[in-house]
Amino acid sequence: MQDNNKSPQKKGFDLKAITKTKGFSAFTAALLAIVLGLIFGFIVMIFANPDRAMAGFRYVIFGGLGRFGDVLYFATPIMMTGLAVGFAFKMGLFNIGASGQYTMGMFFAMYVGFMWDLPTGLHWVVAIFAGMIGGMLWGFIPGIFKAALNVNEVITSIMFNYIGMYFVDMWVQSNATMYIASKSCTNYLPSSVQIPSLGIAGSNVNFGIIFAIITAIILFIVLQKTTFGYELKATGYNKYASDYAGMKGKRNIVVTMMIAGGLAGLGGAFAILAPSAIAGSSMTYEPINIIAANGFNGIAVALLGSSNPLGIIFSATFISHIQRGGTLANLVGFKPEIIDVVIAVIIYFSAFAMIMNSTLAKFIKTRFGKKGTVLPNANSETKEAK
Amino acid sequence: MENYIVEMLNITKEFPGIIANDNITLNLKKGEVHALLGENGAGKSTLMSVLFGLYQAEKGEIRKNGEVVKINNPNDANTLGIGMVHQHFKLVEIFTALENIILGVEPNKMGFIQKSEAREKVVELSEKYGLSINPDALIEDISVGMQQRVEILKMLYRENEILIFDEPTAVLTPQEIKELLKIMRGFAEEGKSILFITHKLNEIMDVADRCTVLRKGKYIGTVNVKDTNKEELSKMMVGRDISFSVDKKPMKEGEVVLSVRNVTVPSKLHKNNAVKNVSFDVKAGEIVCLAGIDGNGQTEFVSALTGLEKMSEGSIVLCGKDITKSSIRERSVAGMSHIPEDRHKHGLVLEYSLEENLVLQRYWEPAFQNKGFIKFDEVRKYAEGLIKRFDVRSGQGPVTVVRSMSGGNQQKAIIAREIDKKHEILVAVQPTRGLDVGAIEYIHKQLVERRDAGKGVLLVSLELDEVMNVSDRILVMYEGEIVGELDPKTTTVQELGLYMSGAKRNTVKETNHAG
Repeated sequence: MQDNNKSPQKKGFDLKAITKTKGFSAFTAALLAIVLGLIFGFIVMIFANPDRAMAGFRYVIFGGLGRFGDVLYFATPIMMTGLAVGFAFKMGLFNIGASGQYTMGMFFAMYVGFMWDLPTGLHWVVAIFAGMIGGMLWGFIPGIFKAALNVNEVITSIMFNYIGMYFVDMWVQSNATMYIASKSCTNYLPSSVQIPSLGIAGSNVNFGIIFAIITAIILFIVLQKTTFGYELKATGYNKYASDYAGMKGKRNIVVTMMIAGGLAGLGGAFAILAPSAIAGSSMTYEPINIIAANGFNGIAVALLGSSNPLGIIFSATFISHIQRGGTLANLVGFKPEIIDVVIAVIIYFSAFAMIMNSTLAKFIKTRFGKKGTVLPNANSETKEAK
Repeated sequence: MENYIVEMLNITKEFPGIIANDNITLNLKKGEVHALLGENGAGKSTLMSVLFGLYQAEKGEIRKNGEVVKINNPNDANTLGIGMVHQHFKLVEIFTALENIILGVEPNKMGFIQKSEAREKVVELSEKYGLSINPDALIEDISVGMQQRVEILKMLYRENEILIFDEPTAVLTPQEIKELLKIMRGFAEEGKSILFITHKLNEIMDVADRCTVLRKGKYIGTVNVKDTNKEELSKMMVGRDISFSVDKKPMKEGEVVLSVRNVTVPSKLHKNNAVKNVSFDVKAGEIVCLAGIDGNGQTEFVSALTGLEKMSEGSIVLCGKDITKSSIRERSVAGMSHIPEDRHKHGLVLEYSLEENLVLQRYWEPAFQNKGFIKFDEVRKYAEGLIKRFDVRSGQGPVTVVRSMSGGNQQKAIIAREIDKKHEILVAVQPTRGLDVGAIEYIHKQLVERRDAGKGVLLVSLELDEVMNVSDRILVMYEGEIVGELDPKTTTVQELGLYMSGAKRNTVKETNHAG
């Protein structure tokens, strides 16, 4: 509970109370990880090309700012897959299958786009929902395996990444309406199925990002305020205690995996249904037997955002931002892969940034705090047993 | 100036936010049994871990035979002749007893283990000290008592002269305890020095020469055991007077609330059944105690009773309703409250706040949720009420993260939750395990209060004092069967021990109440 950590007596704005919350410490931990990751990235750039390191690094940091529309556009799918991973993670499930769910969602949305003839204004909405259903289906299967047979969801969902991807590639290639063999990619989707653009010039940013942010907020409310969220987090923290309290653990596993799959599926739908800046064209899909990278980027997004839906909004935007910057660093001769290194380091650091954070806090307290003061939670330890 | 073999002088050990040992001094004489007494969290185990090299103290020094030594890890401790039997044994389950004893100091020639040589030495030691073991049995196949003897032989094999026993009697039967105390006495007479961590006062009175008392990380004092008594020791330990007897009004027997018939539960560990054909009744207004040594099917029985695991045969009727096939939630609604054996595993979501844990069984009730949205204001109000009523202490009240609370207060939170929930039977499994005397006193009072309020209480306990003091009726469980029904007023601890170890059994009276 973010805000519940405030002590009940104090009302109004209380900086001290805010800085003590779990959310705040997750935020500073992420920030610390980002700073360390960027410093490391800079060092790598200096080794790669000392003369241009500064210029390249400037692009990485600030490059995205000039293309904020693009940043949001590329943030949309990874925000959804990030939510898909993060939401399942709240229940203690590692949904590594976001990639397959994403691809499945994309195919379902595409199918509706090509094969169904619906009025403009309704077509894209139906296609988005179709994408969600596709993803839910691909989340449901590992979920039911886990619940009914106790098969580890990591294994099933990895397998379903491949199964989903090969299925989709097969279906696409065998459908003459969808697939143009000569270009080895899909046909252009009709404009009626494309999500309305937000109208920022030079960018494909569309209503998808708005939907993604709304979804994240809804998930936040579900997790914080509802009995379902309460059960889900309780199961994630302590499966045995949730059983003991009579929660329907198996049902919750299936429901959670379905929701997670649906989220990734939406991500796929948002990606393929995005409008194209060039009139008469659209996004296309190449069935070339490669697993969608956006699914795996979702893991990074979820980790950096501490699986908190609101955190994921920011982590997805940030990762998209430095990816844009990385592309721009190309201009001064850096390979965009440098950004993948930086992101990897950020994730690496964010894994133990929480620990560093508390060590840092302790160091500051012992250095600058009054002697003999103890941390708040220690009081309960020493006060007991009267 | 006396001759001390080990001196721990002014030891201070801090953990983030808490001072576990604050300027503690402990002197161990050669050839004495020295008890270390304190409540949970008093710092006993920390102090011993410092001596055994698992932790390094921030301040203070350790001397052996007057010389300052530095103990950085258990290997250093071993070199200095310090050995320890941990509360939870550190044995390799799939190795034999012999392999465990020589583990780390295997006699070898060019890398080949010389087992026969080791065996000779082990057998010799085990005969000399009366520590009977089977050197070739796998640890996973032998009893807890024998596992402990293996641990002790491990220390003897390494020729340790300072032996630390960390709550060694918790897992033993009264007969085994007696045997162990005798062995410890024997070690002392031979010139070995014993440090004996415990919070059982009877054992200290029986075996120890001197006793050092810690309270909340501070040194309270060292006394000669023969100049003191239990009351004085407990006062030193807790800081106030403690009553050892439980005040109970005469029992007002009511209707049968829980009726268990022929319950059989398969074991997860082996092919036999863990619980065999168990039948009994619990009436309103009585405390029935299921006594037995750990691992005789109590855990499996409770799992089946509360719905955590399935049983293969039998039936359970709660207040006239057959709940044999009911879900956990249905049993809970039908009137079963359950204080689980492992409060961290089952009883609490440690990352949740206190208020969230207090509604763990009730969050779905209309009082706390509306259309799936939790009414946090109601939860807060409810939690504040319970915290006040049950005196649950915590750093920040309802929003305290439960993990940061002390064990005693965590248990109080569970008890508050389970008692306040509507119930007819309270299943309390080892409710006082690991708690100090103050908290134990409190919990016993609550159990008796439930009984006086006309509820049935099924207490599962390994502690003999608890069994004898709290219960109205004792059922002894041995190897999955109920081997005896005893009246605590007419039976003795010794007799109870014989039933618990399977040496004696009577047929349980056939209960003819309408189930």
